[in-house]
Amino acid sequence: MRFHHLAALLLLAGCASNPPPQSAGGKPADGKPNEIVAIPSDPWPSTYRAWPSGTTVIRNATVYDGTGKKFSPGAVRIENGVIAEVGADVAAPAGATVIDGTGKFVTPGIIDIHSHLGDYPSPGVEALSDGNEATSPARPEVWAEHSVWPQDAGFARALAGGVTAFHVLPGSANLFGGRGTTMKNVYGRDVQDMKFPGAPYSLKMACGENPKRVYGSKNQMPATRMGNIAYARQTWADAVEYKRKWDDYTRRAKAGTAKPTDAPRRDLAKDTLMGVLNGEILVQNHCYRADEMANVIAMSREFGYKVTAFHHAVESYKIADLLAKEGICAAMWADWYGFKMESYDGIRENIALVDHAGACAIVHSDDPNGIQRLNQEAAKAMAAGNRMGFNITPEHAWTWLSLNPARGLGIDKKTGSLEPGKMGDVVMWNGNPFSVYSRPEKVWIDGAVMYDWADPAHRPTADFELGQAGAGDPK
Amino acid sequence: MKRFSLILAALLSASAVKAATIAITGGTVATAVGDTVITNGTVIVRDGRIVAVGQGLAVPAGATVIDATGKYVTPGLIAGMSTLGIVEVEAVRQTNDASARGTPFSAALDVTPAINPQSPPIAVNRIGGVTRAVVGPEIAGEIFAGQGAIINLSAGGDILVRPRAFQMIELGEDGARAAGGSRPAAWLNLRNGFAEAQRYARNPAAFDSGREKDSLIKRLDAAALVPVVEGRIPAVIHAERASDITAVLGLRSEFPKLHIILIGAREGWMVADKIAAAKVPVVTLPLFDLPSSFESLASTRSNVGRLVAAGVTVGFGIFGGDSGTQERNLPYFAGNAVAQAAVPGGVGLTRGQALATITRSPAQIFGMTDVGTLEVGKRGDVVVWDGDPLELMSAPVAVLIDGVVQPMTSRQTQLRDRYRDLRPGALPMQYNK
Repeated sequence: MRFHHLAALLLLAGCASNPPPQSAGGKPADGKPNEIVAIPSDPWPSTYRAWPSGTTVIRNATVYDGTGKKFSPGAVRIENGVIAEVGADVAAPAGATVIDGTGKFVTPGIIDIHSHLGDYPSPGVEALSDGNEATSPARPEVWAEHSVWPQDAGFARALAGGVTAFHVLPGSANLFGGRGTTMKNVYGRDVQDMKFPGAPYSLKMACGENPKRVYGSKNQMPATRMGNIAYARQTWADAVEYKRKWDDYTRRAKAGTAKPTDAPRRDLAKDTLMGVLNGEILVQNHCYRADEMANVIAMSREFGYKVTAFHHAVESYKIADLLAKEGICAAMWADWYGFKMESYDGIRENIALVDHAGACAIVHSDDPNGIQRLNQEAAKAMAAGNRMGFNITPEHAWTWLSLNPARGLGIDKKTGSLEPGKMGDVVMWNGNPFSVYSRPEKVWIDGAVMYDWADPAHRPTADFELGQAGAGDPK
Repeated sequence: MKRFSLILAALLSASAVKAATIAITGGTVATAVGDTVITNGTVIVRDGRIVAVGQGLAVPAGATVIDATGKYVTPGLIAGMSTLGIVEVEAVRQTNDASARGTPFSAALDVTPAINPQSPPIAVNRIGGVTRAVVGPEIAGEIFAGQGAIINLSAGGDILVRPRAFQMIELGEDGARAAGGSRPAAWLNLRNGFAEAQRYARNPAAFDSGREKDSLIKRLDAAALVPVVEGRIPAVIHAERASDITAVLGLRSEFPKLHIILIGAREGWMVADKIAAAKVPVVTLPLFDLPSSFESLASTRSNVGRLVAAGVTVGFGIFGGDSGTQERNLPYFAGNAVAQAAVPGGVGLTRGQALATITRSPAQIFGMTDVGTLEVGKRGDVVVWDGDPLELMSAPVAVLIDGVVQPMTSRQTQLRDRYRDLRPGALPMQYNK
């Protein structure tokens, strides 16, 4: 099926993974349903399969459930790959692996909403640098997943840091960088083996210094911030027109007045943009400054789309009320500042101030090293907030690491918290995960032990590292 | 005895608070001398120097008291490498004086005149407990990046402690690129530079005679390398790959007086015994664990633990990336080095060893004999913390540099205070002071 999809540029309704029902077609005079050409919504579907797992019970631990609740003592049962029960204690069926969690902490797996693992893998040599298609300011047709190298050692390091899912984005050279894809942090032989089943795509957008620098230096538009906005608006205007053509065609086809050959010509770039306009693809927008985020919000209103999350967003604290009102998440670092002009006003209280305003705060990495310790970044941010008089609890701060990024990726019904029925994406820490002295001991993904700090058989080694000095070191 | 809250005074004041005698009382004092921790400890600083450290000492008459009950007291943090004061915004070239691609000079470049005490990252890091920093140039077009300095981070004063304190030399992948494309080219540049320095030292007046006019090193560069080749100032040499490190250690067979400090050394653990035997110290960080380049394939978070276990003196410093902004995270690095000890098969540090990497050891590595520990006679660089100094959620509540209580504000705290309440007032936000 998948290869059939690969071969076909145009798919007939009924073959696409997410088709309108066949009966939706109008009936021409001969009585047969008309064919309606549709753009496939998922032509490169996930082939991820959960690895075999048994029933696991962790007892006598401290549990942050990811929704803001804490159980101490706390217990979790993972069964059939999903969270079965969470509470002060849970049932331990016969045959379950029971772990005494005394002194240990259990949390949902960390989710990084902003990663370039795989598309800027280790080693960082030019031959493997595949994150920016910096050949035009608008490249919504490229998909980050097609750059992902499944042999990036960074996946293993992130796993050892408790990361169970992450979102791979194109870089920020372009105003429209392309599609981002959510991954399970489980190695596969190709990228489709790693894709988070059913997760929506994102569109990476960027405002500010990067696009204007990259193209301005080539004496091309955009060379200014006004150029950024103008170029983006024209791109959206063209996308609106494209959507209008498809909507019109689909309406006519359903009424039986359009033939398959009347379908508009596919434009892969505009497919992505139309997906955003239709609310199927989420906008992840790199943007540092408060005033520029406000401009982007205005642009989204003009063209009828929604920004799901601003990324980096170092000046979110200046418009935290606006972000709360608009329902837009901010994905932030705890304390990076001052490395470029648009990060000059970064402050350590940014995450806490966004949270305090009632907006959706997310701790992100954008970094193969930072992704390994997002819990520590959350600790710094929580402490900064509490020093200014807030009362942020650790169990609340954990929402910045799992449930909020899951919201920002549209996978919060499936993972991001320890609630019955959700994926068994769980981390057990050797101590309080907001302490610098703590590390993950075990990581479960869909209930399967994918990392065990004490068992080399449960620690992956990417092909690239095999046979190299230091391979197999616990790192 | 003047019992007032110096901390509050410091918060309110934009300038440093001067006091002849200061007694920091009742704290848990980690002296950075061995693993010594004094409970209910008192540190007394007079006229800028530490005059007493011990348990339950009497407070001298007239001393200003900082009550550290329930708090921790450590020496001021020392960044073993940074670009503090010479880089304000890395990507804004007008504020970035770390390197110069267009200059004909190399080893003679000196960061000293570029150091800006008003650069906002100085205050940002000061309130994070960083009291001194090694400031190094970065590589541009030559393997000799130039001469670095040592500064303190005090408010409002002359922060230069020692100019031309070392020469920064780039080998490995970056050095190879700068030298024209290969390691052999970089090594030839290195030997040529040292040989020319020796020639210059023998007879400065004759330096130009008999030289080809396109000789690769200029008079000022040769002069700057004389104290390096004579071992009077250290050569801080960047190398990551185990084989590059071994080659650097071998330099002393050719230039016996060289005083080498290794920086980077991500694969140092593979040759830790050799580094220890050569008595060469290392400036690095403990969180490199990715094969991020071909010269660092064996990177591991156990590198620092293994080096220290082998007897190497290791100090933490930031080079590349966050070097101009994030020295305040030195305790985070130190704490993570402790965490590594818990990982089965991992090698980490004790808390005492970890504290040393951000206090005593960088001082020792750069010959800063009067700072780095809380001992009688040392300079009064002291930090009072609201919790375990290596913990993520702790922060300084008071910082002393040369016995002077420092202000605890920065541009960042001012921005925070301006925007903490977004409800519209009588005037735009820009009127909030």
